[in-house]
Formats: sequence, C-alpha cells, structure tokens
Amino acid sequence: MTDLFVTDRSLEAGPPTSHRRPLNAPAVIGGLLLALTVLASVLAPVLSPTDPVKPQFSRRLAPPWGLGGTPAHVLGTDNLGRDILARLLHGGRISLALASVSVLIAAAVGIVVGLVAGSGGERVDALFMRLADVQLALPVIMLAIAIVAVVGTSPAALVGVLALSGWVLYARTVRANVLTIRRLEYVEAAYTLGASDLRIVARHILPNTLAPILVIGSSQFATMVLLESGLSFLGMGIQAPQPSWGLMLAEGRDYLSNAWWLATAPGMTISLVVLGANLLGDGLRDLLDPRLG
Amino acid sequence: MFVVLRVLPGDPAKMLLPEGAPQSAVDELNRHLGLREPLHVQYAIFIRSVFRGDFGQSFQYRAPALRVVTERLAATAQLALAAMFLTGAVGVSLGIVAAVRRGTRYDVASTLFAVLGQSLPNFWLGIMLILLFGVALRWLPTSGFESWRHLILPAVTLAAFPTALVARLTRSSMLEILGRDYIRTGRAKGLAERAVVLRHALRNAAVPVLTVLGLQVGTLLGGAVITESVFAWPGMGKLVVDAIFFRDFPVVQTVLIFSATIFVLINLLVDLLYTVIDPRIRYS
Repeated sequence: MTDLFVTDRSLEAGPPTSHRRPLNAPAVIGGLLLALTVLASVLAPVLSPTDPVKPQFSRRLAPPWGLGGTPAHVLGTDNLGRDILARLLHGGRISLALASVSVLIAAAVGIVVGLVAGSGGERVDALFMRLADVQLALPVIMLAIAIVAVVGTSPAALVGVLALSGWVLYARTVRANVLTIRRLEYVEAAYTLGASDLRIVARHILPNTLAPILVIGSSQFATMVLLESGLSFLGMGIQAPQPSWGLMLAEGRDYLSNAWWLATAPGMTISLVVLGANLLGDGLRDLLDPRLG
Repeated sequence: MFVVLRVLPGDPAKMLLPEGAPQSAVDELNRHLGLREPLHVQYAIFIRSVFRGDFGQSFQYRAPALRVVTERLAATAQLALAAMFLTGAVGVSLGIVAAVRRGTRYDVASTLFAVLGQSLPNFWLGIMLILLFGVALRWLPTSGFESWRHLILPAVTLAAFPTALVARLTRSSMLEILGRDYIRTGRAKGLAERAVVLRHALRNAAVPVLTVLGLQVGTLLGGAVITESVFAWPGMGKLVVDAIFFRDFPVVQTVLIFSATIFVLINLLVDLLYTVIDPRIRYS
C-alpha cells in the first residue's frame, strides 16, 4: 500500500504536463495576497483602531461601514462591541505566526528524517517510513483531537499538532530525492573524490531538493492556516478572549440571522490567505518543478 | 491490520496524562487497562480487550463506548458516502471536461472552482450555505438529521475540498494520458471521441485518481468532525468533539480507532481495486 501513495507517485510522474512560463500570474497574485496579509498583521498594533480584546457594550453589533455603520468601525463590531477589523488584524498575527512556525518545524523535521531515511541503512529507512504510514492512517483533525485531549489547548500544543501533521510530506519527498540523486553520476564522482557524506548532502542533495520543499511549504502554509482556524473554530485552538480567525467565526455563528458580518469577515480573510498560499504554491510548482504538476 | 495495530499503542496510555481529568476517569482507566503494568503488558491487554470488542465505558453516557460510537456511525457513514459520491461524480466530471477542453473557458471555470474549493474553509462554507439557503432563501433546513433535505448542505460542505482536489488531479492525469501515442492511434483508427476519452484515457487515468479518492476518506472523516459540528449532525465527528469537552476518553479513543481502521480498510480496498481497473497491476 505504501508505494501507491500519491506523494511518491506524483514524484515519479512521467513527461511534464505543465510548461515553464517566464512570469507566473497566479504566483504573483498569491504572493501579493500573502505579503499584504502578513504586513497587515505585523502592523496590527499601528493599524487597528481599537483594542481587540476589551469589550465596549455600548457599540454591540454595529454593521460595517456603508451598510449602516460608521467609518470608526469599518467592518462593524461583534457581540461584545469589539471592532472586527482590529480583531482580524490581531487574530492574523496569531494565526499566521502559528502557521509559519509549524511549517518551519515540520519542514525541518521532515527534511532531517528524509535525509536520514534516504541515506541511512535499510532498517532506519523502514522504521521512519512505517512511522509515516501510521501518521497517514489518522485524519489530521482526529490526530489533533487526540493530542489536544491529552495536553490541552495552548499555542505550543497547537504548533506541535500542526507540525506533527506536516512532516511526512517533506520526509517522503526528501527521501525519494535522496534515493534518486544518490545514484547520479556526479554524486558518485564526488564520493570517489573523497567527499564526506555530510558534504554530499549539503552540496548536492539539499540544493536539488529545495524546489519541491519550497512548493510543499507554500501549499502547506495554506493547510496549516485552515487547520489552525478549524481547531480554533471547534474550541480546541486559541481560546477566548484572544482573537483568532477560527474562533471569531465560531462566535459569529450564533448571530447569523441578525449580524451576518461577524462570521463573514473572518471567513473571507481565511479564504483569501489560503487562496494566496495555494496560488503561490501552484505557481512555484509550475515555475520550479514541472514534474510535480 | 498491521498498520492499525501500530496506530493503537500510543492512545490508551496517552489519554491518561491530562491533569484536568477527574480522578474517577483515571481510576476507571487505571483499573481497566492495568496501568501499573509495564507498557508492553498494558498494550497486550489493551489489544486483547479491543479484539474482544471491549472499548471501555463512556463516562458521559454511562454505556459501553463501543455502543455509543456505533450508534453514531450510521449518520457519519451516510454523510461521508453522500460526500464521497459527490466528490467522485462532480470531481471526475469536472476534471475530464477541463482536460478534454483544455484552454477553453470550461477549463478556466473548472480550475477556478478547484482553487476556490481548496481555499474555502469548510466550516465557513457551511456557515455561508446556512446563511444563503437556510436564513436568506429558506430553501433547506440548516441543522438536524431528519430527511434527505437535511443531508444536502452538510454533504456539499464536506465534499467541496476533496471534489476540488479530485478535479485537479483528474485533469492533470487525463492530460498526461491524452498525450500518449495509443490515444492518437485510437483516434487515427476512427474511434468516436467519446470512446477514446472514456474507455481509453479515463481508464488509464483512473489509478492515481482512485488513490486520491481513497486517501480522501481521511479528509472526509476529519472534515466530518467540523461539518457535523456546524450542522448539528449527530455523527461520530460531533460525538468526538463533545467527548473531548467531557473528557470522555474511552469514546475519543474508540472514535480514533474506528476512523483509523476505516481509513486503512478503504485504502486496502482501493489497492485491490487497482487490479480490476488496471490488470497490469498484480499482487503476489
């Protein structure tokens, strides 16, 4: 069963199906979308009009500006009178930071595991790949639920869950690449010239693996944002009163019939960020590694 | 079954660690799993009781966890099957249309749909569907589990992401196959385009698509957790979310074991299906 998993298969895909383009419009749009959100989140304290956590009951459920609201609260206010834009910006800091850290950890762990599995002995390889199988047999959300049930909800636990859900992709990709690259003539030549294992890995294998890693990382960022907001939505991620996109959505659900903007604004934000990361990932893939198409 | 067995070991022991767990819970599991024994003995005992069908008692429902979970299984199965059907039917058709009409507006529309489907969080999509069809238009019920009309919104919500994935994969898989020599041969000998696409290309493109469909069972089971919570669908997903907040570990554990088992079994089935679709694949 293992060998039929799609990650391996896509790497072995035959002739390229997509063509290189000089400038990839989706990647540029995606990159801009992401950059804009990241910038807005970083500048959240400067940009937000009000405190994202402190309730202001006199201004409860104000509609967005232009739809009966005031320019003071461009996206309206929530059930506790907190400015939605301020909460989105501050929530972005948390969501994006969690997602980035998780992607980095997942990539680091995955790359190391992939290198060790690919260049170590058969038993090490078998051990790590079985571990990857086990990991894949549980839906990520279920895995997250199991972990949250054990360690409770904290940002560190969230990062742990997210990173744990992500390392397999890198490990499999890196391993597959190591196995192919290792047999290439120039690597054998380097061996013959007396290069150490570490040097081979650093000089020949890693640079050749960078493209797929970038592609996976970018697409995975989208998955991480979705997962984090999904967990927060279920009440297993960021806890109130901290703003988080998923949590805002969950809170807005109770006001659907009289204040639709509560759930709409964070949902749109999540979608845009995820869309941006997906577009960037797809674009990078077309650009860097047509084989993965 | 090997993989299932490997999935199990961590869970029973791990479930006991939280400090917030009530003493009764710890005692119950302690007694039940014999936690003072060394780990491998515990594991053996646990496996033995699971194979006897003993998954422990639910704290929340005061009933065997196995029964609590199986009672909810049908609702989740119904939802997942409906979503799976949508994914297969809509995803594969969209992919075929996009590949056959490559570069036309059908292709663009299908690709756009796929990108959107992969970017909209399903909990938000669910809420927006409720807002549109439930609150604004009042066409469909927004929660509960009574008639087929209740199934529509949750199934669409759950299917969106895997449908998008399958559409994209079918497209790229079909494009690759459509460029092969034997397709040209087929056309050259005067086969109808429909026969070329459906009999020759689709069948060869089916293996990766089927693989991903099988893997989507995991996505569906995971997505069901969120979708069922949004639509108050009384399935395994909603059960497990509630169980976490009640610290009802036997139920959480049973649901996890069930979902892993279902996932592995379906993918085994998919592996076996390969041989039917592609006779070149043989398992010795």
